[in-house]
Amino acid sequence: MLRLLWLVPAIPFASALTLATMRLPRKAVAWIATCSIAASSVISLLVSIQFLTNPPSTGACIQVLWKWFDVDGLRPEIALYLDPLSIIMMVVVAFVSFLIHLYATEFMRGDDGYGRFFAYMNLFVACMLTLVLANNLLLLYLGWEGVGLCSYLLIGFWYRDAENGRAGRKAFIVTRVGDTAMVIGLFLLFRQLGTLNIQELMRRAASEWHAGSVVATAAALLLLGGAVGKSAQLPLQTWLPDAMAGPTPVSALIHAATMVTAGVYLIARLHVLYALAPQAQFAVIVVGAATLLMGGLSALTQHDLKRVLAYSTISQVGYMFLALGVGAWPAAIFHFMTHAFFKALLFLGAGIVIESLNGEHDIFHMGGLRKPLPVAFWTFLVAGCSLAGLPLITAGAFSKGWILWGAYSAANGSVWLWASALAGVFLTSLYTFRMIFLVFFGEQRTQVAHRPGHAMHIPCIILAFLSIAGGYIKSPFAHFLSPVLSWSPGAMQGVSFSETVSEGITALIFLLGLYSAYIFFLRRRDYAAALASSSTGRVLHRFWFSDWAMDWLYDRLFVRPVVWAAKTGKDDAIDGFYTGVARLNELTWRGMSRTQSGRLRWYVAGIAAGSIVLIAVVMFL
Amino acid sequence: MILVWLLVVLLGGGVLAGLFARLHPLLSRSIALVAVIVDLVLALILAVCDFGAAHAVGSRWLEEVNWSWIPQSGIQFHLGLDGLSLLLVLLTLFLGMVAVLISWSDITTAVGFYHFHLLLILGGILGVLLSLDLFLFYFSWELMLVPMYFLISIWGRERRTYAAIQFFLFTQLSGLLMLIAILALYFAHHQATGIYTFEYQDLLGTQLSPHMAMWIMLGFFAAFAVKLPVFPFHTWLPDACAEASTATNLVLTSLMAATAAYAMVRFLLPLFPDAARAIAPVIIVLAIIGILYSAVLAFSQTDLMRLIAYASIGHLGFVLLGIFSGSPLALQGAVMTVLAHGVSIGALFLIAGALEKRLHSREIETMGGLWDTMPRLGGVALFFALAALGLPGLGDFIGEFLILIGTYQVHIAAAAVAACGVLAATFYALRFVQYAFQGSNLHSWRLPDLNLREATVLGALMIALLWLGLYPQPVFRTLAQTASHAQAFWR
Repeated sequence: MLRLLWLVPAIPFASALTLATMRLPRKAVAWIATCSIAASSVISLLVSIQFLTNPPSTGACIQVLWKWFDVDGLRPEIALYLDPLSIIMMVVVAFVSFLIHLYATEFMRGDDGYGRFFAYMNLFVACMLTLVLANNLLLLYLGWEGVGLCSYLLIGFWYRDAENGRAGRKAFIVTRVGDTAMVIGLFLLFRQLGTLNIQELMRRAASEWHAGSVVATAAALLLLGGAVGKSAQLPLQTWLPDAMAGPTPVSALIHAATMVTAGVYLIARLHVLYALAPQAQFAVIVVGAATLLMGGLSALTQHDLKRVLAYSTISQVGYMFLALGVGAWPAAIFHFMTHAFFKALLFLGAGIVIESLNGEHDIFHMGGLRKPLPVAFWTFLVAGCSLAGLPLITAGAFSKGWILWGAYSAANGSVWLWASALAGVFLTSLYTFRMIFLVFFGEQRTQVAHRPGHAMHIPCIILAFLSIAGGYIKSPFAHFLSPVLSWSPGAMQGVSFSETVSEGITALIFLLGLYSAYIFFLRRRDYAAALASSSTGRVLHRFWFSDWAMDWLYDRLFVRPVVWAAKTGKDDAIDGFYTGVARLNELTWRGMSRTQSGRLRWYVAGIAAGSIVLIAVVMFL
Repeated sequence: MILVWLLVVLLGGGVLAGLFARLHPLLSRSIALVAVIVDLVLALILAVCDFGAAHAVGSRWLEEVNWSWIPQSGIQFHLGLDGLSLLLVLLTLFLGMVAVLISWSDITTAVGFYHFHLLLILGGILGVLLSLDLFLFYFSWELMLVPMYFLISIWGRERRTYAAIQFFLFTQLSGLLMLIAILALYFAHHQATGIYTFEYQDLLGTQLSPHMAMWIMLGFFAAFAVKLPVFPFHTWLPDACAEASTATNLVLTSLMAATAAYAMVRFLLPLFPDAARAIAPVIIVLAIIGILYSAVLAFSQTDLMRLIAYASIGHLGFVLLGIFSGSPLALQGAVMTVLAHGVSIGALFLIAGALEKRLHSREIETMGGLWDTMPRLGGVALFFALAALGLPGLGDFIGEFLILIGTYQVHIAAAAVAACGVLAATFYALRFVQYAFQGSNLHSWRLPDLNLREATVLGALMIALLWLGLYPQPVFRTLAQTASHAQAFWR
């Protein structure tokens, strides 16, 4: 069974190629696209079961497909690496992708780019699976850039609107800024350690570098650059809200469940390196904590349903970064998994809502949809509770509780980190129920134009089940992951309290958020309006609404100077020099041709003057 | 002998194509195509058969021909082929075939004369790639020049005369400097050993004072720098590309650049290792400026041909960086980039040509929404734009990655800055796709999509680029021996 591993990324690649090159009827497109992902998930499950029942003695298995190239000591292979971490990533990615593909077969039914859409989606899944299964950093980078490309293509999928193209390019370029740092990190690792094979790198780093060494820190920070770009964390988060221009299944798959967590996977995969670089670890903590608060505050001010969810994703990935930073590695991966379930579901639900209202995105124009869209409502509610962390029942509560406990008790944790994560819980609960109350409760403002069919409902129901049940596998999950990623609470400083106390407080904070949302957005909407229209409220609202003015800042700092330089330099200043030389020649020629006047006396005078000068030179020198 | 046949088939085919055009233009086209294909097959036979044999013998050259030509002056007709030249010969003939095919319907005036010149240039390029005698090398180098002048000035666009003269002046002047340098080396060698010779192998170890070596090296560098082209000697290229026909642009950027890069590796580094090492920092700085400068300028162009020309200059900046960084990884990356750049930039020119033929315009601002009416052309353009911005899995990425990772071993800052050049390539590549194919179809274009001939040619180029990106090992295996030789001189 393990021999079949290569099929997991290969099948989606093949079907992407088929869909891109052949013109097929819609039915065929839907079947090929969905079945290829289904086949891929089934094989990934079979491979995982085989791995679980017959664990390889080394704890991992490697499948070498072919030697990529071999130049002067650099020998990357096209090889797949399977261990508990990549198994979890692979299975979650393949399975969630399958559900979203199924949903999309109905969601995209009216679109004339049906084949193109599924070709891009299949290509994305293939690249994402390559990313998580890669044996070396160069192949990982191939998948990494591949998913970035698909993200660009799918954000700009409705290409007739130039605005979508702009959002796509923004996403690609901003993430590529991070990727440039990452690729320099690869150069550094190769120079210092002489390989790009991930396991070999980690072994050599652990034996050759001491904790806190400069090279380890530099390498970890450079790779963090890539992670921050792809995972939309501070300071490169600006692309993700705009990325919502893409079709909703794209937002669910790429910009919520899978691709944006690639940075989390990268750091977890290279956690040995990060453990050697405490400063870089600290940077991860700062990024995570700052992003989770910032994203939460921004989510609170958005009107567009999908943008609320986008900021929520930024904030939740911030939680994962926080967990990585403090060293609670498995908590980050666990949150990745639960987040993949409930956030994908939220987007799918949002897709149903938006479609049923003929493309209305503004949550203030929605309301009362609980009755006409019962399935969407109940599944959305489940996912929302999971996101906000409804204690004891939902998966999100388990994973977030784990992160909170880690933020306090892990080696790098502290009370302050715990407190800021707790503030994040309040924000999450507040913006989630704001969204739910505004969309599904209150009076109905718009007529529902369209009700979804089974292909859209079934994925929602399955994901809703997973958003609950996913939480109960916490301890087998931790056990399964423990050979690769493990953690244990470190020495706690200051006030000491137990995990149960932490969870209790979290539950209270969740309820506080829920209650505030109830007051402000269901009971007394005028309170919220009054708060937002007060002078400080207005400034803060604008500030948070505009993504902390970072778009504006980057526009002034980077975009405009480059565009200005390009505009001014368009005619190639260097050419001016050569044109000048040519002009000079022409002038000389004109001057000389003047002397050829045909007048004999001038010629005689010229000859005489020349002779005199010549004789003078000969006589006096 | 097969090396001589390579030249004879091309030049003979050129003469025949020129003569038979009187009967029918189609005859001329077919003769040219057959000649190039025969040559390509010959080169492939060389690649398949001779390779193993030469390794067994352990000879430096896979194939060699050495005839006496003008013995009084020490001039030999000496051709030699090793892994490096073999790769570039294959590239030349492959793209030569593409050039003949895309001229099929583009060129309608003076068909015979055109194919005569095209094959003459290809012959000149092969001569450059095979010569091991500096006199023969210079002869071939100049052989590329005059026919190219005609290709630009006869089959070009409105300002073709200006562009042709500019091209001629730049290359002729720099070629003259190289001639002086060759003669200086010739006499210096005589002074040291008492033998007059243009033979590459003999001149290799010539004793020169550092001062003298530097000047002679600069003479060679001038010619190669103009042809590559190196910032700030690049300005002729965008002008020429804006005026010349599609096939000419393909030869002008993809193949001429290959000869320049080849000549640097074959002649400049081995003949003057110390001088090259001394000047390397300056050249690396020029390369990096070129990479960034051309990326910004490509971003600002509205004429598609000029945009691609600047993109080409940027990629060739990487080649220059790879050659002069002194790292074996980077050197092999440079050769890889020459191959991949040849294919990807060549394909972009083809696409630009196809667009121009349909729209009668190359201004990307007049396009927009073309995906609606030409989805296949759009997809292909997207593919090659992605190659140009260095997407992993395609050939350009392998080359640029090796150049950067190799350079990083030696000059950290240079590699880091040049890596930003890869980022900057994203700007113009995506801008091209956006302006030409995306957005709304404002002008309500209704145009035919790729025809079978175009689709076949572009498909072949796509496969080549994917092969270079996913399984480049055959290229590096072919290159290994040459690379180790080049490295020995550099150290």
